[in-house]
Amino acid sequence: MLDSKIPAGKLEDKWTEYKGHCKLVNPANKRKLEVIVIGTGLAGASAAAALGEQGYQVKAFCFQDSPRRAHSIAAQGGINAAKNYQNDGDSVFRLFYDTIKGGDYRAREANVHRLAEVSVNIIDQCVAQGVPFAREYGGLLNNRSFGGVQVKRTFYAAGQTGQQLLIGAYQALERQVALGNVKMYNRHEMQDVVMIDGKARGIIARNLINGQLERFFGHAVILASGGYGNVFYLSTNAMGSNVTAAWRAHKKGAHFANPCFTQIHPTCIPVSGDHQSKLTLMSESLRNDGRIWVPKKQNDTRKANDIPEEERDYYLERRYPAFGNLVPRDVASRAAKERCDAGYGVGTTKQAVYLDFKYNLINKYGKAEANKHGIQNPDTETLVRLGKEVVKEEYGNLFDMYEKITGENPYEVPMRIYPAVHYTMGGLWVDYNLMTSVTGLFCLGEANFSDHGANRLGASALMQGLADGYFVIPYTLGNYLADEISVKPIPTTDRAFVETEAKVNERINRLMSIQGTQTVESFHKRLGKIMWDKCGMARNEQGLKEAIQEIRDLREDFWKNVRIPGGIHEMNPELDKASRVADFLELGELMCMDALERNESCGGHFREESQTPDGEALRHDDQYMYVSAWKLNGEHSWELEKEPLNYEVIKPTQRNYK
Amino acid sequence: MEHYNMNLTLKVWKQKNAETGGKFETYKVSNISSEMSFLEMFDVLNEQLIREGKEPIAFDHDCREGICGMCSMYINGRPHGPWHGTTTCQLHMRAFKDGDTIVVEPWRANAFPVVKDLIVDRSAFDRIIQAGGYISVNTGNAQDGNAIPIPKENADKAFAAAACIGCGACVAACKNSSALLFLSAKVSHLALLPQGEAERKERALNMIAQMDKEGFGSCTNTGACEAVCPKEIEITNIARLNREYLAAGWASDTKKH
Repeated sequence: MLDSKIPAGKLEDKWTEYKGHCKLVNPANKRKLEVIVIGTGLAGASAAAALGEQGYQVKAFCFQDSPRRAHSIAAQGGINAAKNYQNDGDSVFRLFYDTIKGGDYRAREANVHRLAEVSVNIIDQCVAQGVPFAREYGGLLNNRSFGGVQVKRTFYAAGQTGQQLLIGAYQALERQVALGNVKMYNRHEMQDVVMIDGKARGIIARNLINGQLERFFGHAVILASGGYGNVFYLSTNAMGSNVTAAWRAHKKGAHFANPCFTQIHPTCIPVSGDHQSKLTLMSESLRNDGRIWVPKKQNDTRKANDIPEEERDYYLERRYPAFGNLVPRDVASRAAKERCDAGYGVGTTKQAVYLDFKYNLINKYGKAEANKHGIQNPDTETLVRLGKEVVKEEYGNLFDMYEKITGENPYEVPMRIYPAVHYTMGGLWVDYNLMTSVTGLFCLGEANFSDHGANRLGASALMQGLADGYFVIPYTLGNYLADEISVKPIPTTDRAFVETEAKVNERINRLMSIQGTQTVESFHKRLGKIMWDKCGMARNEQGLKEAIQEIRDLREDFWKNVRIPGGIHEMNPELDKASRVADFLELGELMCMDALERNESCGGHFREESQTPDGEALRHDDQYMYVSAWKLNGEHSWELEKEPLNYEVIKPTQRNYK
Repeated sequence: MEHYNMNLTLKVWKQKNAETGGKFETYKVSNISSEMSFLEMFDVLNEQLIREGKEPIAFDHDCREGICGMCSMYINGRPHGPWHGTTTCQLHMRAFKDGDTIVVEPWRANAFPVVKDLIVDRSAFDRIIQAGGYISVNTGNAQDGNAIPIPKENADKAFAAAACIGCGACVAACKNSSALLFLSAKVSHLALLPQGEAERKERALNMIAQMDKEGFGSCTNTGACEAVCPKEIEITNIARLNREYLAAGWASDTKKH
């Protein structure tokens, strides 16, 4: 039975009480304890840095050539914190409430409240590290709005917030490397967890430069290896983002929670052809100033700027007057799909809607700037010129990126956007300590399932990654390791290491010996298409059942016919990719099973069988108020364990953004 | 914008590993869409090579949205290719026309040894950061984020310097293989902020010492780095670094590691 280990007491006191009473490890003992951290994104880098500062002996791993490359770097819009610097009614409770509601009441209250509490510390910490957040003329921190929220609580650095936060964490990490507290292993990929006497005690990693398998001991292992959106082939994830570390842990007994909870982000650059290797996000922050619309006429072939105002359907503003263009991501994505499916889509593929900046460029920024400069009755041209300067400062890098990819200038013509896979709310099940169902194995950031329920609000991923790494794991890991201080480092010649390495080796040999006729890429593309068509923005029983069978067939085909060039003991990116795709081929099946089992709609999980008369997600709290934690019982055989969700403070209701 | 397809000849550097020598191989690709990114063109080529039973070309890439800094191709004699302010992954095939021959090499610098084909080892950059590219503040003891107002102009300048993605194009473009634009961007980012004040002098001295140790060359102000930087980091950062370095050198109490 899963025990979430949520502390007793009032919601707002739980974390304080926990910190006041958790077990501690004294500084002398910390130096004797070794900790492995997988992944160096916001969660992993911040955890490795914070634990190194405390004196633990940390070994950190990333598959890229430097920890600074982790995909957190690509996060654009911002990071939430309940600072209430804007005096607009924000508070820890409101951030907590918005996150629970945004997640469509499928997240744990205690975890989310803790997240909201530490959010304020994150901003302070990052500022102290020198993260150059956007500032007002008075020198104080600036904020912007994000979806699903009616306050301005998002801190940002142009459209590069993830980059700046990750560089901050990376620098803190490199400082610990220089001090000898962290040993960094670049171009290494975790292949398996080593279990000794029922506890995670190390890993087998593959050195991606020479292909050698290497063994590493740790008193505890922390996974911060990110999300699994690349199961869809096309997503906003980096090319290397993968589920491998989490999946191998799942095979060692870590439950996988809510795998079907996937976030489809509404504002991405649409697919342009079969050659497409990835999709690019246009930050949600753009919905602060961009208005989303389609023509009122079906199959309208006119250019966007030739369609007069009265013939445009600002469908989000029409359907959701209270939140308008800033409804949560799942709602905005479905609304875009609905319009396109009904024949109102734009662009050559008709699978796109417009995101238009003209109105705010002129009326919001242009007019404000004209006022500031004392220009009376400015003409449109002046307003456009003045407004452009401000828009450039806020989102310049995003506009440039859009132009490079599409060849169109978004200052002149509206952007064309369409939803794309972006984030995975599901992940390894963890308790309040962020420990998985495997003792001594922890999971942080996007890789775990804990905080976002069935839909994550914008600018909350960065918040969760840094909360877990800087402010949660330093306490909860100590609470675990306090009982491990007498454990001497186990030599990696131990039988458990030898046997685990042998299994990893066998799998790699098996992959390389297939020598079939089809490329890894072609399998990944086929898997992605099944997932997108049948386990994407809308799902139904029949499609999911078909998908499960199709994935099984594809997996069989993969293990018979994949062709991997090159050798094992050398740098071989195709082998790296094949190993990851093999894991996606297993995960995909579980995602479809989870989506099939949950016969309700909630957040990003939309079952066509379960919707309100006006097409909104319809939950069934009486039947599905639980976390689905899947336990692997054997080859492709899973058992569902349910962790009931008890709402003590918030009363779940039908989400309403109207 | 008009879409078109093209046939191209590619001359690409192939090198098995750091120990062996390398050479250019010639490849043909056909029906490349002008809508593709440069790396998607390489995907097409690699798929073709694998199907033909040949070894694909190894290259570094990850985010494919111009921010992770991993991609690093020297295209037609220019780091990241012909477009200004653009990483290799954001370069699109619109930049080329039917019949073009494109030459692709790895970054060339002693401090960036080739790992395989177009992949180089840039860990020297991490070690330069380790020498002082941070503010020594442990987690948990920060004051309120709004306690120190920072003039917007300084914050903006610090941000512009901090936008460096650590790709190494500056080094690849420099005839001396100097890492000074990279290094000065970090020193400027931190020197422009009050939080960076305490370690300002040691930072400049120690980072430069590490740069020299790694085998990067000196700066002779040719400005090639600025011209190719995909994030348009300005060379004025180098001027600021020089001031920092001189000021630190004059202060006799500055400690070197």
